[in-house]
Amino acid sequence: MSEDPGQAVGPAGGEPDTPGEPAAETYDELGAHLKEFEGRPAAVAGVGKDPVNAPMIRHWCEVLGDTNPAYSGPGAVAPPTMLQAWTMGGLSGHQGRTGAYDGLLALLDEAGCTAVVATDCEQEYLRPLRPGDEITFDTVVETVSGRKTTKLGTGYFVTTRTDVRANGEPAGVHRFRILKYAPARRKPPAPRPRPVVNRDNAGFWQGVAEHRLLVQRCTGCGTLRHPWLPGCNACGSPEWDTVEASGEGTVFSYVVMHHPPFPAFTDAASGPAGPYAVGLIELAEGVRMVSNVVGTPYDKVRVGLPVRVEFRRYETTGGPLDLPVFRAVPGGE
Amino acid sequence: MAALTVGTELAPLTIPVTRTLIVAGAIASRDYQDVHHDAELARQKGAPDVFMNILTTNGLVGRYVTDHFGPTAVLRKVAIRLGAPNHPGDTMVLTGRIEAVDGDTATVHVVGANGLGHHVTGAVTVTVPEVTP
Repeated sequence: MSEDPGQAVGPAGGEPDTPGEPAAETYDELGAHLKEFEGRPAAVAGVGKDPVNAPMIRHWCEVLGDTNPAYSGPGAVAPPTMLQAWTMGGLSGHQGRTGAYDGLLALLDEAGCTAVVATDCEQEYLRPLRPGDEITFDTVVETVSGRKTTKLGTGYFVTTRTDVRANGEPAGVHRFRILKYAPARRKPPAPRPRPVVNRDNAGFWQGVAEHRLLVQRCTGCGTLRHPWLPGCNACGSPEWDTVEASGEGTVFSYVVMHHPPFPAFTDAASGPAGPYAVGLIELAEGVRMVSNVVGTPYDKVRVGLPVRVEFRRYETTGGPLDLPVFRAVPGGE
Repeated sequence: MAALTVGTELAPLTIPVTRTLIVAGAIASRDYQDVHHDAELARQKGAPDVFMNILTTNGLVGRYVTDHFGPTAVLRKVAIRLGAPNHPGDTMVLTGRIEAVDGDTATVHVVGANGLGHHVTGAVTVTVPEVTP
């Protein structure tokens, strides 16, 4: 995301904190070098690619839903907040950029600070802009911060000041702050614990691997049982075979785990690391099994909710593994 | 036309943050950074999806204030700071309060809150000329 003050991006953090309010600042060699850019021009005699014009004003107002009559018709002025838009380089890039500014950005890129977010924009409007006004501007690097660590990553705040003129007259001042940073590495998703597979339940997990939900059946008395056991609870027979469950079932009971948080078990429907519902699912065949209810927020899971099995791939401590989970049947709630 | 009284709360404005608004806002402001229109590239750069650019936010804040004070209002200053990003599917609610009044000029404190927190906080200075009845 190479960047310049004419092309703004917003924070990409996903955290409700403000990258403009960093936690820690430390001075370093690079930071001292970057400081030398303070006061140096970033753009000299830049020229707006188009004069202020009605079509760009109309497009802007359409997008923002701005129906202010001051922005259309005879005597129209441009929305003042368009100030920066008239200075943007667009796809064809900037004119008037100085080597000093490119050098500043290159130093940051080389230091690994390749990403950028815009954090602050302060604009002062000195006179209205009207269609036909020719835009020129000069930009100076006001300040470069020391190295700052934010939730987005570690980097430097660069503040520029752009003086915008219309037909040579001062029209506005645009102060813009970006954070140019090395993105913090995102943690890989938390893995689930690997299921314990032993000689008593190996057949169940073999079925899961084939996306079949296998239930043990006593060949002595015909009783179905789950979880898998070496013998029948009803008649004591050690002989068994299996039947494949249809996968249909209902929530017989459930608990919601609030604490401690265990992101590996949290379903996307309940947020990134929030509580999760552990369901006791009664299969149509009559046996019950414990699993997650997915696709339904934890606080919307109810006893009696009709569900159907789904084999979903999860990262586990033993590598990727397909696990049987249950999803609410559409229209069944 | 609204009176200039310190403490006056502006009626909230709810902005559904659609993919269309994000992309159209970026292009209308001539901002072609890929993170504002290409979800795949936004993800490669650590964001979960495309997100609104600061120029669109700036424009929405300006619109919010001039909607309240009417077409004779003239924006003097808009100063904003961004926090939580505006991603598609979210909703931003703008609220404002008149913090200071000096003659025909008011300073309005504006907050735009989305599902993640405060997307934008800022101060807008606006002049509202007297209207002869």
